[in-house]
Amino acid sequence: MRHTITMLVENKFGVLSRISGLFSGRGYNIESLSVGETMDPAYSQMTVVTSGDDLIIEQITKQLNKLVDVIKVTDVTEFEHVEREMVLIKVKPKAERKAEVLSLAGIFRGRVVDSSEDTYTIEVTGDEKKIDAFVNLMTPIGIKELVRTGKVAILREGMKK
Amino acid sequence: MKLTGAEIFIECLKREGVKHIFGYPGGVVLNIFDMLYDNKDVKLILTRHEQGAVHAADGYARATGKPGVVLVTSGPGATNTVTGIANAAMDSVPLVVFTGQVPTVLIGNDAFQEADIVGITRPCTKHNFLVKDVNDLAVTVKEAFHIASSGRPGPVLIDLPKDVTVGKTEFVWPEKIGLAGYKPKYEGNKWMIAQAAAEIQKSKKAVIVAGGGAIISGATKELKELAEMAQIPVTTTLMGIGAFPETHKLSLGMPGMHGTYYANKAIQEADLLIALGMRFDDRVTGKTDAFAPNATIVQVDIDPTSIRKNIRVDVPVVGDVKRVLTVLNKMLKSEAKGQWTAVRKAWLSQIDQWKAERPLSYNPDSEVIKPQFVVEKIYELTKGDAIICTEVGQNQMWAAQFYKYDKPRTFISSGGLGTMGFGFPAAIGAQLAHPDKLVIDVAGDGSIQMNIQELATAVINKLPVKVAILNNGFLGMVRQWQELFYGERYSHVGLDVVPDFVKVAEAYNAVGLRAKKPSEVEPVLKEGLFKIKKPVFMDFVVDWREKVFPMVPAGAPIDHMLFDEKKQEKKHKLRAVK
Repeated sequence: MRHTITMLVENKFGVLSRISGLFSGRGYNIESLSVGETMDPAYSQMTVVTSGDDLIIEQITKQLNKLVDVIKVTDVTEFEHVEREMVLIKVKPKAERKAEVLSLAGIFRGRVVDSSEDTYTIEVTGDEKKIDAFVNLMTPIGIKELVRTGKVAILREGMKK
Repeated sequence: MKLTGAEIFIECLKREGVKHIFGYPGGVVLNIFDMLYDNKDVKLILTRHEQGAVHAADGYARATGKPGVVLVTSGPGATNTVTGIANAAMDSVPLVVFTGQVPTVLIGNDAFQEADIVGITRPCTKHNFLVKDVNDLAVTVKEAFHIASSGRPGPVLIDLPKDVTVGKTEFVWPEKIGLAGYKPKYEGNKWMIAQAAAEIQKSKKAVIVAGGGAIISGATKELKELAEMAQIPVTTTLMGIGAFPETHKLSLGMPGMHGTYYANKAIQEADLLIALGMRFDDRVTGKTDAFAPNATIVQVDIDPTSIRKNIRVDVPVVGDVKRVLTVLNKMLKSEAKGQWTAVRKAWLSQIDQWKAERPLSYNPDSEVIKPQFVVEKIYELTKGDAIICTEVGQNQMWAAQFYKYDKPRTFISSGGLGTMGFGFPAAIGAQLAHPDKLVIDVAGDGSIQMNIQELATAVINKLPVKVAILNNGFLGMVRQWQELFYGERYSHVGLDVVPDFVKVAEAYNAVGLRAKKPSEVEPVLKEGLFKIKKPVFMDFVVDWREKVFPMVPAGAPIDHMLFDEKKQEKKHKLRAVK
């Protein structure tokens, strides 16, 4: 089963390598990973999406907790939480489908962040399913390039920490 | 007053109570070595290889419980420490390893003798640091010692760029350290301990499996109290040897691949298995699905990742073995009805029967020296009052099987990583820590050659380590596997009886002795162990056909044991020794 794990970590060089090394060294899979500074620049917040049975996920969270630079690990999958990721998608529609692209972007609350004579770059934010759906709609229209951020997640207020 | 990084390094070691460090000099650590030139407080033992330095520090740490300290240079000096560090990590040994690094401005430039040692050792240290600013040095050293020696101990590496050792700053020894992400949990959860107590009350066929954690936490007394009070037999893993006296009637010796018949039988038949500071290594469990099939499993370990990693656990207790046992014993004492002896009677008599059925044994011989006989003789002559270090392979297993260890920290062996070449430098470290103790390395002719250069370290520092080489002319354990599982195709395991270890010893200004016949074993041991006050190589030319039994083939359940049933009818031919 897929799990989204968030971590508060020291904002130091080498921390990302410790975490990614732990996953690769023990044969765990990282499906996505995102890192960013927190309000306190001494710390970063990481979100990792991984998969495995209960025993593997238990080992992953324990092993992450064991790292000296990792301060707190939360498997948010177990709790009510909000997940978001973002995609920047550059499409190259035929002239007759340009309007369709813009209208679909509107439906998905996307924004056109760049355009050229024959391309639009659209930014869409949402949970994974929403991003997938948008990518699926754009695929037959003609995707030139696509980047996804990986997931970030936060617990809903009042959930156990 | 402002101090240089090199001076701060020395001040920090003094504050941590370090008297000895092991190491090897080189370009980027010259400033520190200059400080060590006439320092009275910290003495550096110059080894002949950086790997030897780390193993020596490791032996020092295992013999004392205090962190071993290493100082080497950058590049090859640093990379040569990697095996020693990985070895210490697998066996939870506290080490602080200082490696020199090229000046910070050159890092990443592929400079002369540059290696990314922090990157290289990240997966095999408990934690590691690169100090980029001399102002961070003191706090980093303090954190390193704290991390290395607390919780589940392990090696910590500090990489010191040359300019950091030159830079000056005000020396401040920090009172406190931060480490928000590092809080080892010593006290076990009371409710869980109560569950463990209840399981012990309920059980009829309980067995304790004690590992290295029992020794590290110093739980010998509490373990004995529990075993005697609740009449529970105790088996000690390779790392746990000495945690419970092997001469005790409740001792089952070692479990696992080369464990005793009765330890493995007891585990497989038990209704309760109490794992204390052991991590269910595959050499202990054999086939995990078939391990202790009838037992409720209680596991006490300070490292949460050791719990439920490879074996299902019914009652997990995260905590220090000593502290958990103190609470557990109190609970059992207040609840016990004093009926333990009656409850366990059938179980203990079953165990006695197994012990009688298949004790550890070998076929003695009057013409050719049996390796087990040498180990038995060492035990007999030392009366068990020695520190035994081992190399890895057959020598290690025989040293574990045929010598009775009654005290913790008297058996020093590379368990997890299985590092050949560990025992001799480790013995040097143990001897330095205990100058008045008899320290013996039980070696094979293969392993001893992996760090044989350390004989110079032993001689020059007057560390009279005694090495008993069980010389069978083979990489014996590999040969044993080839004989049993590879159709006797002995691929690249023959060493021939080369070199002449007596001459090697003499060349290093140590003493070399040799025994070729069983009758010569005792005289050689008496002379080598007790009369000669220098390092000694005792070369025992042993029966090369001898194998370690019992043996559980890799991946089989631990009660599927092979024994030495084949009577050795083949007339042996001992190869000549020059």
